[in-house]
Amino acid sequence: MSGLTDLLSMALLGIGTLFLLIGATGLLRLPDVFTRLHGASVTDTLGAGAILLGLALAAGWGLLMGKILALLLIMALLGPSTAHALARAATHGFRKPWLHETDKAEK
Amino acid sequence: MRNAIALIVILSGTWLLLSGHTSPLLLSLGLVSVAAIVACAARLELLDEEGVPVGLLPGLLRYGPWLVIQIIRSNLDVAKRIVNPKLPIHPTVIHVDATDHTEVGRVTYANSITLTPGTISLDVSEDAIEVHALTEEAANDLMSGEMGRRVQRTERP
Repeated sequence: MSGLTDLLSMALLGIGTLFLLIGATGLLRLPDVFTRLHGASVTDTLGAGAILLGLALAAGWGLLMGKILALLLIMALLGPSTAHALARAATHGFRKPWLHETDKAEK
Repeated sequence: MRNAIALIVILSGTWLLLSGHTSPLLLSLGLVSVAAIVACAARLELLDEEGVPVGLLPGLLRYGPWLVIQIIRSNLDVAKRIVNPKLPIHPTVIHVDATDHTEVGRVTYANSITLTPGTISLDVSEDAIEVHALTEEAANDLMSGEMGRRVQRTERP
């Protein structure tokens, strides 16, 4: 593997880790189940996406790269399905979303 | 027929990718599995446009890159708001019109909304998608309807 792909792969892994960390921070900081899902979708898309792309580059041309790219596609299909299932379950469980307007009215 | 061939190609590709074997015995075993699955799918009448939506492929290839750019853009926006000490979020719930979409189109639309950080589809009905948005900007972006128009072009090539 050449130095350039090595460097690019490391950069992507670094970016992915950073976004995983930000997503986790979002889970802790955001106020309710719906807004927390937004934080989780950061880890789902850019976090996992950048890490998988970095791993695919590190794997080099071959079957392993294909498998990792297939995993990327599966993640892109699974992420929204699970997020929607959670959001729908929360609405049907009569959780009222924390809204900006109601917050202002209470104050 | 076209759908059966497409399913055979997709399954064979997946089999080769995941196994990596090329010996004649294993290849023929793989072929038998693919044939059995396609036969079962045909008997279950799953080979229609909903089960194997190959007609959607050209549209999706055009739509995919645009969606990836949107995902990266909104990712950066949501990430910036999360790390901002003031946490500048304005959660809102909106209804996005989805009357002009086919069933597959509505699913694509709702999944795209959820995949993009900052917006999550809460409920999908016949004519609208209920969306929870993290910020007013994300809600306004969605209400402008550009994503909806692009999904429409995807489902009707």
